[in-house]
Formats: sequence, C-alpha cells, structure tokens
Amino acid sequence: MNELILIFMPLVGAGIAVAWPNDRTRPWLLPVFGVAHTALVFWMLVNPPADAATAWLGFDPLARAVLPAVSLLFLACAAFGVSYLRLRAARPNRVFVAVLLAMLGLLSAAHQARHLGLLWITTEAVTLAAVPLLHFNGTPRAFEATWKYLLVGGTGIALSLLGSFCLGYASLHGGGSGDLTFAALTEHGVGMSRPWVLIAWVLLLVGYGTKMGLAPMHTWKPDAYGEAPGIVGAILAGGVTTVAFTAILRVRAVVDAAGEGAMASRTLLALGLFSMLVAALLLLATRDFKRMLAYSSVEHMGILVVAAAFGRAGAWAALFHVWSNSLTKGALFLSAGNIRRAAGGRTTDEVSGMSVITPHSAAIFVTGMFAVTACPPFGPFFSELRVLRTAIETGQGTAAALFLTALLFAFFGLTRLVFAVVDGRPRPVTKSGAKRVHETLGVILPPLALLGCSLWLGLATPEVLREAWTAAVEQLFPSP
Amino acid sequence: MSPLVNIIVGLAMGLNLLALGSSRLPSVIRAMAVQGVLLGMLPLVIETDFDWMVMLVAVVTMAVKGVLIPTLLRRAMRAANIEREMEPFIGFVPSLLLGAAGTIAAIAGARALPLLTEHADTLLVPGALASVFTGFILLVGRAKAISQVCGYLILENGIYLFGMLLIHSTPLLVESGILLDLTVGVFVIGIIMDRIQRAFDSLDTRKLTALRE
Repeated sequence: MNELILIFMPLVGAGIAVAWPNDRTRPWLLPVFGVAHTALVFWMLVNPPADAATAWLGFDPLARAVLPAVSLLFLACAAFGVSYLRLRAARPNRVFVAVLLAMLGLLSAAHQARHLGLLWITTEAVTLAAVPLLHFNGTPRAFEATWKYLLVGGTGIALSLLGSFCLGYASLHGGGSGDLTFAALTEHGVGMSRPWVLIAWVLLLVGYGTKMGLAPMHTWKPDAYGEAPGIVGAILAGGVTTVAFTAILRVRAVVDAAGEGAMASRTLLALGLFSMLVAALLLLATRDFKRMLAYSSVEHMGILVVAAAFGRAGAWAALFHVWSNSLTKGALFLSAGNIRRAAGGRTTDEVSGMSVITPHSAAIFVTGMFAVTACPPFGPFFSELRVLRTAIETGQGTAAALFLTALLFAFFGLTRLVFAVVDGRPRPVTKSGAKRVHETLGVILPPLALLGCSLWLGLATPEVLREAWTAAVEQLFPSP
Repeated sequence: MSPLVNIIVGLAMGLNLLALGSSRLPSVIRAMAVQGVLLGMLPLVIETDFDWMVMLVAVVTMAVKGVLIPTLLRRAMRAANIEREMEPFIGFVPSLLLGAAGTIAAIAGARALPLLTEHADTLLVPGALASVFTGFILLVGRAKAISQVCGYLILENGIYLFGMLLIHSTPLLVESGILLDLTVGVFVIGIIMDRIQRAFDSLDTRKLTALRE
C-alpha cells in the first residue's frame, strides 16, 4: 500500500498544482509534498515492508537502498524551488511545479518497478516529463538543448525497449512463459538463450547508458544541464540518472543469472573507465561552469558503472556512491544556479570574483567542488575509496590506475574552473547587476543542507543505510 | 505463420528504402505512414483467433502511425514552409546504398540468430533489424528536423516489428503502454518543433549549433 502512496501522492500533488489558481502560493506545494514523500520513504527505510507488494511493483531492497536519496534530494530542491520561483515571478510556474511533482511520482515508480516493461514505461515517462522543465527559461538555446535531449534521449529509450524485447525473447526461446518480471527472469537463469541475452545486454546498456549519460552517449548532457535551471539539473543529475543506473543493475542481475556475468562486468568496466576519461578530458577543456557540472556528472556515472563491474563489494560501493553523488551534486547545482543568476554569464570569460558578490553561494560551491572531487571527509571520498579498494582487491590494477588518473584530471579541471569563477575581481557588468541580487536564506539553506548530508554520510554512515545497501547487494547477487 | 506476414514485412522493408532515397519530405512522410498502417495490420494477421484487445491495439496503431502522426508532421511541414531535404549529411544515393546493404546484412544476420521454429521462416527479425538501421541512417544523416522525426518513427516501427515476436506471451498492458508513450513522445516533439520554428524561422537542425564546445 505504502509503495503506491509514494507514487500516487506526488501525482495527486501535480494535479492540485495544475488546478491551483495562484502563481505566488503554488510553489509551496513542492515542499509540502516533498516533506510528506521524504517522511514516508524514510519511515519505510527504517521499517521495510516484509514482502514486495506485487510482482510488478514494490519497495524491494534495491528501491529501499536508492529511493530515499532521491527523495531527500527532491526535498532540498523543493525548498529551493519556493525561493527560486519567487525570484522568477515573471514566468508562469503552473507547468513547472506540476511537472516537478509528477517527476517525483514517476521516479518513485521507476525505482520500484520490478517488471522489465514497467521499468521501461516509467523511464520513458520520466524522460518526457523532463522536457517542459528543460525549456523553462524559454530561450532559443534552451530549445536547442531540449531538442538534442529529446532526440538523443528518445533514441536511447527506443534502444532500451528493443533490448527489453530481446531479453523477453531470450526467455521465450529458452521455454519461458513470457513473464517479464525480474524475479521470473532471474529464476529462469541459464535456461535463457545466450545469444539473445548478449544482444539484450548490449542494447539495454546502450539505451539506459544514454539515459545515465555515459560517454559516448553523453552528448545531450552538457546542453541540457547548461541551459536548464539549477534545480532541474540537480534532479536530472541526482534522480533521473539513478533510475537508469538501478535499471542497469537489475538487468545485470538477470544477465548474471543467465551465466554471462563476467562479460557484463567487462563491458561495464570498459564503458565506465571510458566515460571517466572522456569526462576528465572535457573538464580540462571547458570554460563554462554549468557545463562543467554536466561533465562532472558524466564522470560520476562512470564511477558508478566501474563500481558495478566489481561484484558484490563493488555494488555496495556503487550504492554508497549513488547517495554521496546525488546529495553532493545537488548542493553544487543549486549553488551554481545562484552564482549564475547573480553573474548573468556562465563562462570564465564573463564571470569572476563571485566570492565578493555572492559570498555564501561561492563558499558552498567551492566546498561542494572539493566534496565532489573526493576530498575527505565528505561522502564521495569514502565511496570512491571503497571502489578503488575493491578494484585493487580483485586484482584490477590497470583499472585502478586509470580510475585514479581520471580522478586527478577531473580534479585539475574542476579546481581551475571553480577558482576562476570565484576568485579575482568582479566584472563591471556583474557588479552593476548585482545590486538586485540578494542571497536569501531560502536559496542558501537547501544546498547547505545537502552538503551537510554529504558530510554526515562520510563521517558517520548511518547503520540503517549500510544494512539497506547490504540487503540490496544480497538481492542483486544472491549468495549461494 | 501465414505467408501474408512475410508479404507485409517485405513491403515495409521496401518502404524503408523509399524513405531513404527520397528528397521530398511529403514522400518520406507518406512512406512512413503506409509503413505504420501495414504494421498495424500485422497483429490481425498473426493472431488467428479473434480477440478484441488485439483488434483494439491494431486499430489504435493504424490510427496513430498512419493518420495522426503524419497529419501532425504535414502541418509542421507547412508551417515551416519546407518541402525538401536540401543538403543532407549523408547523400540520398549513399544512404540508399547503405540501407540496401543494411537490409541484406539484416537478412544474413537473422539467420545466425537462434529463433523459435514458428518464427524461423518469417521476415520479422530481418525486417525489424533493417527498419532500426534505416531509422538510424535517417536520424544521423538528415539535417531537417522533420526528416529526423521520420527516422525516429521508422526506428520505432522496427522495434514494433520485433515486438510482434512476443505478442503471444507478453501481456497487452506493456504493448498499450508503448503506444501511449509513442504518441506522447511525438506530441512533445511536435510542440518542440513548433517552438524551434518560431525561434529560428526554419526547421534546420544545422542552425542548432550555438551549443558547441
């Protein structure tokens, strides 16, 4: 029952937002439903339901291990949204608020989907729902970004459907009944037709990998994150990408059961390392601090996929990294949004000296940058350390070396850009415009809270989370 | 399975080549629409005993792929006042040759795949692969937004063809969900195209180059 409330409560909220008459008070619906969703999902984290509600949908260990992070990120974005939409009072926010709430419901559904078809439908719905959010700013550049997002994302989603069909056919060919729940597919295991499983794995990896933004399918990401408001970037980077990642984890468990686990791990490792290296090189080249966040996201998706290639211990580290990445990235996107609004530009040619104009956001931005580049004692440091340790323990020395190289390059790229934006003298244009900008508590506290969560995650990872991740790993790799 | 299935899929594969070789947008849209109607007929041919759910899926598919989407695309085309794909990234003759090579490769490749006996002598898998490949060529090789949308739809048609292999076993819920998503997707794409046109006064994605590293 509760798992359905998680899905339908935000959708009802979206309906209310559409009907709500007042533009000024409507944004308050975001934190109201955000708080309710977070409260329920954390209650369920502590008191997990004994058994999944239905075969198709349920708060299973994997959903329990990831969904609370998404909910927490949404709550911070929702709180930020109230102040943000007040600053953007000139633009009607009916669609924006409604779609954000609908996204939360669809994300909850996608995380809880235990059926191959249902997972695909919810992912597709999330993809389409993000479209109005992306062109909220209404500029030609925003339209261009949206078009690319639709074309690349749509193709990715089409390939993942083809992959789902192939996996279904693999099961059918092996004498299966055509039951496409993950439980049934895993149970069928080695009986499935190997060639079809391989084809399905490649297509699903490319399809959901496009949604995650793994290189070389990442091309939509910098445009979309660069043009969308910071709050949308945060939800895309911390919420939507995790859906695609858990999809890959669920499919991987099936491929593992079919006896092709070693091959799946090899492809994940190669794709992950490639994404990390490409992202690191692009980070060294870019001059735009919002696109920088997109490349950083590509890098962290690479880390997740690399971690997922290292068996049980790796999957545990990956789930840890989902949490630390989502929360830290959220803080970065929200503070970058503040800076972008005050500066009126996005590249280092236009922006500098933001520590004078927006001191609080700049401080959060710098701290978040150190957190995301894995400086202790923030969450990403510990999760990435765990990935690295697993790599060395499983004898993947070369992979570990490449992993560290990419992290180092990314660190150079990020520090170079962030300090160029924060340090120095403010540009005259920025200075004159800055009088209008006022850093209210409403736009400072949410990213600060996210950063605090990241710190807490690193210093004292709560026992309930560790237990939830262990349970999820047990679901993905059942111990013999 | 009846020989009628192979005839229909064969026709759809021919329409792929037509869409690849034509420079006029109305003929690309028409090829795509006819292909949609043909695919809509498939479930009726494959399912031997009458089932109202299958009937419904078939009718909705034909209405959406054959009428609704082509109408929307034609409207977008008139609004943007373009009739032709002028300078494609991949020329018409090269893309036609590529498409033909892809079709042959699809037929040869499908032989290598293990198929259930009832699917072994049909063109469903080669047809699906060839359509997906055609869709990709159009997506990558054309500059006009409308051509790209046509490419995307042919890609979707290929996936739909593949779905026919599973029509006995998967619950229809999945299938209807797919249709719904397809419709919504194109609706959204249509809205976007409308906006792009207002912003750029043309539907040339070549002009979408402000965001470049």
